Amino acid sequence: VPSILNPDRPPVFCPGCSHEQTLHALDQAFQKLDLTASQVVMVSDIGCSGLFDTFFTTHAFHGLHGRALTYAAGIKLAQPHLTVVVTMGDGGLGIGGAHLLAACRRNLDLTLLVLNNFNFGMTGGQFSCTTPAQASVASRFLNALERPMEVCTVAAAAGAPFVARSSVYERDLADLLARAISFEGFALVDIWGLCTGRYLGKNPGAPQEIQNVLAGLPPYRGPIAQNLRREYASQYRERTGDAPWAVPEIPARFRPPISERREVVLLGTAGDRVISAGTLLAHAAVSAGMHVTQKNDYAITVMRGHSVTELIISPEPITYTGVERPDLVVALSEEGVRRRRELFAHMKPRGRVIRAKGVAIPPTPGTTLEVDFQRWGIKRRERALAALAVVAREGDPLTGGMLERAARGTLRGKSLDSALALLRRAEILPVG
Amino acid sequence: MSLVFVEGNEAMAMGAIYAGCRFFASYPITPASSLLAAMLEALPPLGGTVLQGEDEIASIGYCLGASMAGLKAMTATSGPGVSLYSENISFAVAGEIPIVIVNVMRQGPSTGSATQGADGDVQFMRWGCSGGLPVVVLAPVDVRDCFSLTVHAFNVAESLRCPVFLASNKEIAMTRETLDMATVEKPPVAERAYHTSGPFEPFGIRPGEDVPAFLPIGGAIPVRQTSSTHGPDGYIITNPAEIEAGVERLKRKVEARLSSFTFFDLHSMPGARTLVLTYGVTARAARAAVATLRREHGLPVSLLILKTLWPVPEQVLRDAAQGIERILVVEMNLGQYVYEVRRVLCPQQVDFYGTMCGQLISPAEIAREVLRA
Repeated sequence: VPSILNPDRPPVFCPGCSHEQTLHALDQAFQKLDLTASQVVMVSDIGCSGLFDTFFTTHAFHGLHGRALTYAAGIKLAQPHLTVVVTMGDGGLGIGGAHLLAACRRNLDLTLLVLNNFNFGMTGGQFSCTTPAQASVASRFLNALERPMEVCTVAAAAGAPFVARSSVYERDLADLLARAISFEGFALVDIWGLCTGRYLGKNPGAPQEIQNVLAGLPPYRGPIAQNLRREYASQYRERTGDAPWAVPEIPARFRPPISERREVVLLGTAGDRVISAGTLLAHAAVSAGMHVTQKNDYAITVMRGHSVTELIISPEPITYTGVERPDLVVALSEEGVRRRRELFAHMKPRGRVIRAKGVAIPPTPGTTLEVDFQRWGIKRRERALAALAVVAREGDPLTGGMLERAARGTLRGKSLDSALALLRRAEILPVG
Repeated sequence: MSLVFVEGNEAMAMGAIYAGCRFFASYPITPASSLLAAMLEALPPLGGTVLQGEDEIASIGYCLGASMAGLKAMTATSGPGVSLYSENISFAVAGEIPIVIVNVMRQGPSTGSATQGADGDVQFMRWGCSGGLPVVVLAPVDVRDCFSLTVHAFNVAESLRCPVFLASNKEIAMTRETLDMATVEKPPVAERAYHTSGPFEPFGIRPGEDVPAFLPIGGAIPVRQTSSTHGPDGYIITNPAEIEAGVERLKRKVEARLSSFTFFDLHSMPGARTLVLTYGVTARAARAAVATLRREHGLPVSLLILKTLWPVPEQVLRDAAQGIERILVVEMNLGQYVYEVRRVLCPQQVDFYGTMCGQLISPAEIAREVLRA
């Protein structure tokens, strides 16, 4: 198999740059694996490592600094047959750290080559996340204050199943790259080399020095036993299921119990299930052919704070979704009442308030009905639905039959059983 | 009649599926999270892929990779996430990568109020990435639009090879309402134009066209994609004239086709002296306000609801403002799109009313502002 380097675009690295050796080792690895240009995509980002894609005749995706792993994942998931090779420098590794950890954890079949030359070459030789503390770089003393990142140990800790550390001075680099590329899963090779343009002049170091440092570090030579597991994409399809997603249609099976628009507000606290009850009311109204909007307001704290649902039920299409003059307010907690205090004064004169006993409400022109939920053993999470059952007794804006049908249409199993039982109990609930 | 009862985010998922979306990635953020949830239900059983990214930058990055590999891709976030998308959005502009970006706006600035609506990113979406080249922004009013504008958004993104925003709002995305699917506009689905014969250049432009023909990364012919300023072959260029021609084309290809994706509702009232101009969820209050003014005050007021915000459909604005004495622009922010309206309609009188408190602007407020003149 011939080289897949681009003969029209020879490398333009600085004389003596280590990247050029990696480039040829990678080309040899492709040849060892019989890979042709259209079977490979080179994904690169910014910096000298970002030149790699231009030297090959393969597919190429050159993107933003540190983000190469994200593009590579999208490409691999869309074109699973492709051999995806990512090059990043130590700069890209630092700025894209979250993506490195995610790639190690995810174990998608990508190969990441970290072209590690201990500084930002293109931008002037500033320190990177791998610059040794004692190195002299363009960031004055800043690198002396930080500990360089040990790439392989981080990757192994994050779950990468193939991690190798090498240098451009290793004779078997091409073999190592071929092993990494043919590994089924996420493979990272940390390739050490020297930046002749920025780093080497101020930090005299012979190849032997790099080899000596490497020899003193814990070896990473490929598969990490405790991280070996199935590749991500190969499992994804097993878990997707094939049940198509469909939003249920609600057929109109009841005659509309009302001929005019109604505005309904349920005021409670998280856990009162006012939004669920509101959705049930909506389904009930839709089953009578009504137009409905449901707008919710709740605190960001999941099981604490106010919970408010506002519904408009109308024979006509609904424009504005805000409730301004309610026909019905269910007040289950003072926390909820506080959130919409102003509504009480604006209630329609024929409007009704269903108030849980003990909940104070502002003055209102509507009629107030009090329900002692506690006395009748109705739990907090049942009160919103029980209040709707009380409302349904008067058949406005829904009937008991509509509510029961909505429960049967939206709930399943135990939740349906307990909702139906609750509706039975609420039918005879005393109201003051 | 059968109705569905859905929130805007679900309707967008339905529209995306209809349009052929097969890749979705996003990072959870209220009020966009339920779109991620809906796509996770909908896409994988169809053979599509959904990823929850480690952050917003990754999420849009996954989409750009998948789109270049040939899949229709969408991502969703809110204003804070659009900030993180910014660099990749300009990449999608430069690299001509089709992508639909849903921005479910919430009360800002900054972290702001997670569960309160706003339309505070209207200029940000247009100008929020480097280089300043045009992007397309479509703004739904209700769940009906959430379906059909999502299809249009894919159609524009695919045929023009560019990013397209859907400018939603918590008050649309997370408000449920009834929808008769039988009456919803279901536009024909457009596909990106594929290269079919002759030598291929990834950014080559055929005579008379201004969008490059597409081939996917991963096909038989190697394809180059790059965020760097490039020529037809996808390699860096440095010649100023060539660079200028390239960016002019990126601008032209979007602006020249504006009429094919200009969406709006114009309710012209004979004898109207005032035109209310708005977009998004506020359009619903404006409809109610205009009806009330006519019914209770006998006052004819015209209403223009823009659903294409960017590029600015200038001719639509001019036509709607013909014979109008005063234009009232109403927005859920402190005044953003009004600058475009003033620019286009100068020297006509353009007034502004807006609030930014996480609450809907009410019909009564709009009616009051109309009567104030």
